[in-house]
Amino acid sequence: MSDALDRRRLLGRALAFGALSVLPGCNYDNLQHPDFADRALRAMSRWNDRVQAALFDPHTLAPTFPASAITRPPRFNAFYDEAHVHVVDGASWQLELFGNIAEKRPWRLADLRAAPQESQITRLICVEGWRVIGQWGGVPLGWFLRRIGADTKARYVSFRCADGYYESIDMPSALHPQTLLALDFLGKPLTPPFGYPLRLRIPTKLGFKNPKSLVALGVTNVFPGGYWVAQGYNWFSGS
Amino acid sequence: MPHHPDRGPDPRPNPGPNPRPNRGRTRPVHPWPLRLMHWLNATAIVVMVMSGWQIYDASPLFGFSFPGRITLGEWLGGAIAWHLAAMWLLVLNGVAYLAWGSLNGHFRRRLRPPGPREVWRDTILALTFRLDHRHGVYNAVQRALYLAVIAFGVLAVASGLAVWKPVQLWFLSDLFGGFRASRYVHFFAMAGIVGFLAVHLMLVALVPKVLPPMITGGRLSEDAP
Ligand code: HEM
Repeated sequence: MSDALDRRRLLGRALAFGALSVLPGCNYDNLQHPDFADRALRAMSRWNDRVQAALFDPHTLAPTFPASAITRPPRFNAFYDEAHVHVVDGASWQLELFGNIAEKRPWRLADLRAAPQESQITRLICVEGWRVIGQWGGVPLGWFLRRIGADTKARYVSFRCADGYYESIDMPSALHPQTLLALDFLGKPLTPPFGYPLRLRIPTKLGFKNPKSLVALGVTNVFPGGYWVAQGYNWFSGS
Repeated sequence: MPHHPDRGPDPRPNPGPNPRPNRGRTRPVHPWPLRLMHWLNATAIVVMVMSGWQIYDASPLFGFSFPGRITLGEWLGGAIAWHLAAMWLLVLNGVAYLAWGSLNGHFRRRLRPPGPREVWRDTILALTFRLDHRHGVYNAVQRALYLAVIAFGVLAVASGLAVWKPVQLWFLSDLFGGFRASRYVHFFAMAGIVGFLAVHLMLVALVPKVLPPMITGGRLSEDAP
């Protein structure tokens, strides 16, 4: 059965049963054995992905702020605490490229520094509901994707991190003018807790869609998912 | 079509000796679309409020959290999934109710905005247990409460959209004063709805005979207002 039909069937059932009959369910507590509520909520989450993709306007910019609005000290956040930050060796580091890309030669830090740079003061909104303002500088992802001959008609850009984290975003958001491969934070090179040596900075999405300490970038039509998405967060998570 | 006294003087000419006989005919106190939408809304509100409390707990705005026993979703990811799924039921059902109520005259007939004196008079009567209830007629306190909760509902949806999409729906975000202010507005809209619900349930408990018609429809003579 096709995915769309499957989804419709689930939705129909969800409506028929009514929300109350599934109340004790969904918490995504056992991903191998999703119960009925888990599956209905996943179907709704996929529907919300589509709604958000339709709502996304490539020309709408995230707000920018004056330097005086920057949050100090900056707030660290990861799926582990600051003492366990993975420290990357910048000298040997390189960004691997995979998938639908013409020039897959890995990029080193110096190559990225030599590329055109942009800097912006934007807001990072966490899925938890707090927000911080920071300044990030680096290479616009759209420029980078064109430079490496990526298939910009593909659906996803996928990211892998030094600490095992992984994420993916839709191509229109990847090509948004404010989406950066960030090298700098608050006017200086990124520090390990904030994603040294390279992170994604995308102010049109929630914080967890901004993976840190990247080691590989790919372009693909096969849904790559993400660390938090696998546990139940909405994938598109646009702002 | 029966004539409703609150529509002003009857514009029709004298119907003559044989008006269409209405005697004995009945209509429901609450027509079925209203009942259906009311209970769908109640379901959606309960899911939205309980999952909303769980979301709030991830980053509380005030010095308290909601205990896990009364929240839905168990963790932030589960709660967001519930909230953003039930939001469709809440909004589609709410839009249907507003369209139905304004197009067929339900709002004009039953939810005429009361004046402050009326509300005051009926509040005093209600508090002294002297307010009597006629099926199919809302007193001034009820009308004030229903109109208030409709307004809180609209505010909750608009501020919720501002929190969800502060970039794409920047005009809503700006309207409420930015991302953080939108979160406060959203919280107070929830508080307004929960406050309404407490009073609403109390009034139903005080006058329990109003409940069965909201479930089965009830019977009202055609001549009743
Ligand atoms: C869950 C328990 C609930 C019960 C037992 C209940 C019961 C009732 C009853 C009996 C009436 C008719 C009153 C009368 O005929 O005088 C009514 C009307 C109404 N209720 Fe509820 N209700 C509940 C939840 C809610 C919620 C959560 C909301 C909104 C947030 C709500 C909003 C309304 C409104 C707006 C009306 C007037 C509808 C109209 O005529 O347009 N109710 N309710």
